[in-house]
Amino acid sequence: MTSWFKHHEDLLLVWLLRIVAAIAGVIMFFIVGFLLKESLPVLQKVGITAFFTDETWNPSEESYNLVPMIWGTILTTAGAVLLATPLGIISALFCQYYAPKAIASSYRRLIELLAGIPSVVYGFWGLVALVPLINRWQAPGTSLLVGIAILTLMILPTIALVADATFAEVPQEYLLGASAMGLSNWGTIWQIVLPVSKSGLLTGVVLETGRAIGETMAVLMVCGNVVQIPDRIFDPVRTLTANIALEMAYALDSHRSALFVSGLLLLSVIIILAIAIELVDKKWA
Amino acid sequence: MIFPKQHGVDRVISVLFWIVPLLITAIFIWILSDIVRGGIGQLNWAFLTTAPLDTGREGGIAPILVSTLLILAVCLAVSLPIGIGTAILLAEFTPKQNWFGLTVRRSLDVLAGVPSIVFGLFGNAFFAQTLGLGFSILSGGLTLACMVLPILIRSTEAGLSAVPLEYRLSSASLGISRTSTLWHLLLPAATPGLLVGLVLGIGRAIAETAALIFTSGYVDRMPTSLLDSGRSLSIHIFDLSMNVTGGDANAYASALILISILLMINAIATWLANKYNCSYD
Repeated sequence: MTSWFKHHEDLLLVWLLRIVAAIAGVIMFFIVGFLLKESLPVLQKVGITAFFTDETWNPSEESYNLVPMIWGTILTTAGAVLLATPLGIISALFCQYYAPKAIASSYRRLIELLAGIPSVVYGFWGLVALVPLINRWQAPGTSLLVGIAILTLMILPTIALVADATFAEVPQEYLLGASAMGLSNWGTIWQIVLPVSKSGLLTGVVLETGRAIGETMAVLMVCGNVVQIPDRIFDPVRTLTANIALEMAYALDSHRSALFVSGLLLLSVIIILAIAIELVDKKWA
Repeated sequence: MIFPKQHGVDRVISVLFWIVPLLITAIFIWILSDIVRGGIGQLNWAFLTTAPLDTGREGGIAPILVSTLLILAVCLAVSLPIGIGTAILLAEFTPKQNWFGLTVRRSLDVLAGVPSIVFGLFGNAFFAQTLGLGFSILSGGLTLACMVLPILIRSTEAGLSAVPLEYRLSSASLGISRTSTLWHLLLPAATPGLLVGLVLGIGRAIAETAALIFTSGYVDRMPTSLLDSGRSLSIHIFDLSMNVTGGDANAYASALILISILLMINAIATWLANKYNCSYD
């Protein structure tokens, strides 16, 4: 190693940089460590199964059922991913193959701006614009439905921008070949562009899923936050993230610890998704 | 012409491909016009320079702007040196297959996906409790620093790797140390990438809410030190719309200010990125 460096100052610099990089690299381990440490008290007291089998979520009475919140997260995320994926992919295809250059680039800018709107503003807008709208039709308005709608808008840029970048990588010869063989526009997209792009698109889907699972403020503000497994799309729900945000302010002891368990649960899902992206990359690289 | 039926399908599909972008554009305009219409009436110089009254229903947002800026300052003061240093190490001094480099990189990739509420939990447990900083601007800023690191590192690294290899080779052949090369050649050449990262990091930090609720706290008084709790603009919007009945008007105005700042930041980032692409084409 040292033979690389003919100058002493270089060696000093490299060690300084290594220390700094070690700090950056260790944060992730710190986060996992602290979440574990704060979760342990309640895990040791009631065990992990209590979080799935207890009667209700009522931490002051030692009852820790997270299942309704897990359903809240699964339903909002699934709904948003199912809607945002086709809309995002269509947006990207529009930019690459349908729109004139000028329109494509301004639409791309618009998607970037959509990505830049903070989640608290999405939540606020959902609360003042969408919730009253739905309320007129199906009370109370704060619902799984509005949660899905807002989340869809929030994660759409993720899939749209990833898909756009993926389609830009499709070799020009494929498109020329398709056109030479008389394939229609849609035929080219369906039979050539989409199959060639599937690893990029899959990465985009995994990324948007992670974003939807982790989103807090917007769903907290529009979903109504009732602890229940919803029967209908108009029922209020509470997600894992909203549960943490709502109760951390006053949670003590085991209750606080239980909220860290739900944080740990979220973090594990995110880490699994990160591994999934790596596997997708490896398999199709 | 060879598959006339498919061309019929084609026409239907292209209509669909125009409808979706139009719909999304319409929704974007709907959101923006709602916020502007609701907020513009409230907005004046007094709103920016006076303290909130009656838990925010009346008065302005001066202390909230100050707290937001202080949180941002703490965040940048910590994340910039760590971020730039890490990026330099990864881009300039680490071979591709080095275990240390790979570990740091992977750890940062995961960090980039961690939900903000989890950063909030971590910040509360580590900075507020273990380090004893309590609910304070310092806790909030440090939590945000952890959050923006991956963005900063990624763009700085991209900026550095856009600098042509010849710079390094000619500098080395002249016997110039790598430290001087870095300082006098590489960093100046990589400044645009660094600035893009900085601007994106600021954008992410200003937009953040969930990570701050349990670290910098809710207090809406003018902060007198970094150990005071300070309410950020984003938390102010949240609090006014969820916990204060009759707070909507000022929530609109605060949202309008937050959005304007972010749009401005976004414009700067785009401008820088374009400039940066041109200079290496």
